[in-house]
Amino acid sequence: MSEYVLKLEHIAKSFFGIAALKDVNFGLRQGELLSLIGENGAGKSTLMNIVSGVLRQDSGSLYLNGEPYQPVKPSDATDAGIAFIHQELNLFTNLSILDNVYINSFKKYPGTPIIKKSAMAARVKEVLEAVDLKVPPETIVEKLSPGERQLVEIAKALSSDPKILIFDEPTTSLTTRETEKLFAIIERLKEEGKSIIYISHILADVQKLSDQIIVLRDGQITDNDKKENFTIQRMISSMIGREINQLYPDKTNHPSGEKVLELKDISQSGIVHKINMDVCKGEVVGMFGLMGSGRSELARIVYGLDPHESGEIRVHGKEIRGITPQKAIQNKMAFVTENRREEGLFMEFTIMDNLSLVSVPEKAKTKLKIVNNDSVKESTQGMVGTLKIKCPPIEKNPAKSMSGGNQQKVVIGKWLLTEPELLIVDEPTRGIDVGAKYEVYSIINQLASEGKGIWVISSELEELMGICDRIIVMGNGEIRGELLREEFDKESIMKAAFNQNGKEEA
Amino acid sequence: MGVLPKKTQTKKKNPKQIVQSMFLSEYFIFYLTVICFVCVIPFVPKIITRSNLLNVMSNLWPLLVVAVGQTFVLLLGGIDLSQVSIIGVTSVIGTVLMSDSFNEGIFSKTPLWGWLIGPDGGPLAGSSMAIPICILVMLLVGTLIGIFNGFFVAQFKMPPFMVTLVTQMFLLSFAIFLTQSRNVMGLPDGFKELGKGYLGGIIPYAAILTLVITVIGYFILSKLVLGKWIYATGANETASLVSGVPIKKVTIFCYAFSGFCAAAGSAIYSARLNMGRPTLGEDLTMDIVGAAVLGGTSLLGGKGKVTWTFFGVLFYTILFNALNLFNLSYYTINIVKGFVILVAACLDVVRTKLAVKISVQDEAGV
Repeated sequence: MSEYVLKLEHIAKSFFGIAALKDVNFGLRQGELLSLIGENGAGKSTLMNIVSGVLRQDSGSLYLNGEPYQPVKPSDATDAGIAFIHQELNLFTNLSILDNVYINSFKKYPGTPIIKKSAMAARVKEVLEAVDLKVPPETIVEKLSPGERQLVEIAKALSSDPKILIFDEPTTSLTTRETEKLFAIIERLKEEGKSIIYISHILADVQKLSDQIIVLRDGQITDNDKKENFTIQRMISSMIGREINQLYPDKTNHPSGEKVLELKDISQSGIVHKINMDVCKGEVVGMFGLMGSGRSELARIVYGLDPHESGEIRVHGKEIRGITPQKAIQNKMAFVTENRREEGLFMEFTIMDNLSLVSVPEKAKTKLKIVNNDSVKESTQGMVGTLKIKCPPIEKNPAKSMSGGNQQKVVIGKWLLTEPELLIVDEPTRGIDVGAKYEVYSIINQLASEGKGIWVISSELEELMGICDRIIVMGNGEIRGELLREEFDKESIMKAAFNQNGKEEA
Repeated sequence: MGVLPKKTQTKKKNPKQIVQSMFLSEYFIFYLTVICFVCVIPFVPKIITRSNLLNVMSNLWPLLVVAVGQTFVLLLGGIDLSQVSIIGVTSVIGTVLMSDSFNEGIFSKTPLWGWLIGPDGGPLAGSSMAIPICILVMLLVGTLIGIFNGFFVAQFKMPPFMVTLVTQMFLLSFAIFLTQSRNVMGLPDGFKELGKGYLGGIIPYAAILTLVITVIGYFILSKLVLGKWIYATGANETASLVSGVPIKKVTIFCYAFSGFCAAAGSAIYSARLNMGRPTLGEDLTMDIVGAAVLGGTSLLGGKGKVTWTFFGVLFYTILFNALNLFNLSYYTINIVKGFVILVAACLDVVRTKLAVKISVQDEAGV
């Protein structure tokens, strides 16, 4: 028996002549958790797709328990005991958990095409138990929270009794508590002797979970060491190939006392209750809360996407009644939503059309609203320069041709072209790599320095503590606490956010 | 046609590349039309005679104007099935107003008898302004029906398929009810000029009406903020809402324009027949949607152009004409037509896939 359950030797792969992986070597031991980190496009996904039989390497070999292993299709990997838990949930939300688990291996009455549920229910129960999900196997996936869906995905992977599990960014859509639960399950799987490859952008998690850490950059392994020898600093410099002295830019903004946005007793039953808050000029206000705490919902209400039953929304002291997105934009609000793909961008449209969409009516002066092409070209090109967006020519190429970080910059850019005074950003750095994160923080800092009011919603507390002047903690649709920068304290913020019965304690 | 492939001016290409770039060009359907046309000539030389070409043109105009309206709704990701009935109902309403005599034996049973029409014709009978007023009324009625459709789609988020299917059924029956299934005759002499006459002996009046509306459609989509909004709403409604696009107004506009265009088509169709006919557009649905989709407009919304629809309609009209010249029966023609549309739609899918593949290769620098 070999020391390694999975070993990769000299793996290389290129797409259309561009090398995606160059001479990659590593081994995974039994019961070990190996983290794979790297910026977007570093080759992590390509590598894992080779291991799981989705892609085939150009050269190099793979070994499972010392035996040569060459999957040609994904089911080969499953048969060999390798399970891949994908970043995007691949569940059929209209089907039950049981159906999802057995979607490509339904058990049937012998000799008939009729599904035999009883043969599967017991096993599904077992794997659901293994992931601590206490719902019946018949539950329709639609009714589950994103965290529970992630658990179903893991249960599905476990149902084939794999020896090796690959997790690709499993925590992206999870709340802090669900993440904790997931980590406990991962620990248990390790104790059972399963080997795990864990891919993540969240370096603190990586440090916490890993035995071994491998850093990929431009298709090559740049660092490979035991967890004990790694600091977050070292991970970052190995990932980006240069030293970054800090994760967050130095703050240069100076909040003035002038209020851009004031909320008075905003309520919508079942969603938010009596919310009072404000955002001042030049201030970065953070909002922290678990998923379902009402943080994003509040932003949607303020921006006019969702209704509210009572309360006042004031912009520059002036009350805005019956707010709609159009009124919000007229009042110089901007909203970078959390779902970049669904709500922020038109993936098939050109980058220029994406950048100009919100500001184009303003630039069209005539009564007929004829698009002023020269001004659109000039302003969007200018924004590409200002935000240092790395992209192909913007007139011809669709938004989907850019990386996630640059897509996010385009969404921010399209709002900056309206010269907003209040910018609401929801999860601004979700799914983008470390380098791009730093740039987004710098943009936020820069805008605040120019006197804009910024309201940042995030489930990454470190990020808020790094960039905000003030943090508001939400829970259960209410404001649970408010801390100024000098009072920032991770523990008390988490406590406030987790506490389900704030009122009784107070 | 005035529209030539843009990429021909660059360095010489080998024949394979020329074929490939033609196949991938957005004017593919136009090239296909030309090929189809040329291939038919040896078999039916009659196709290039002046009288046949004039016939092709006169079939082209009304279908084009209706299909342009349909394109706007398709761009939203919707569909307007009611256009065919708008054609019928506006045909009846417009002609009833200007007809100068009704046969009492036939029309006295209609609900219009006595208060709107009588033995001496409709209210505008004999008036010198009858024709323009009646056409305006038709356009207005078409637009109002479109607004009705759009309102239900935009306000209540009802599936466009359902809303317009209901209006299609309702309006067809309503048109038949209005005249008790009779055709309206006795129209002023000038009216049939819209179908057959030429301005200065050269340009058909139908062409003028159609081209004016087509150019307006083109202008809206390519030059106005409204056009940007239509594409945005069709491609991603949620993102449009967040971006401050007035999606309800945009939706209502598109359906209204669709109704307007259907009414314009109805005016031309009615003039060609020189009568008002409640079932005028009855079997046109496939022609309208088919021509727009053949041009490349996507049923999923967000993708399409007026110029594409123009080429789609051209292809459709010439195909139909060629099949007619082969002296095939009505049913045989429909069988062949259906088959050709299937092949063309299939080619479009292949084209799109190929284009994606080639653009990936280009990006990778190969």
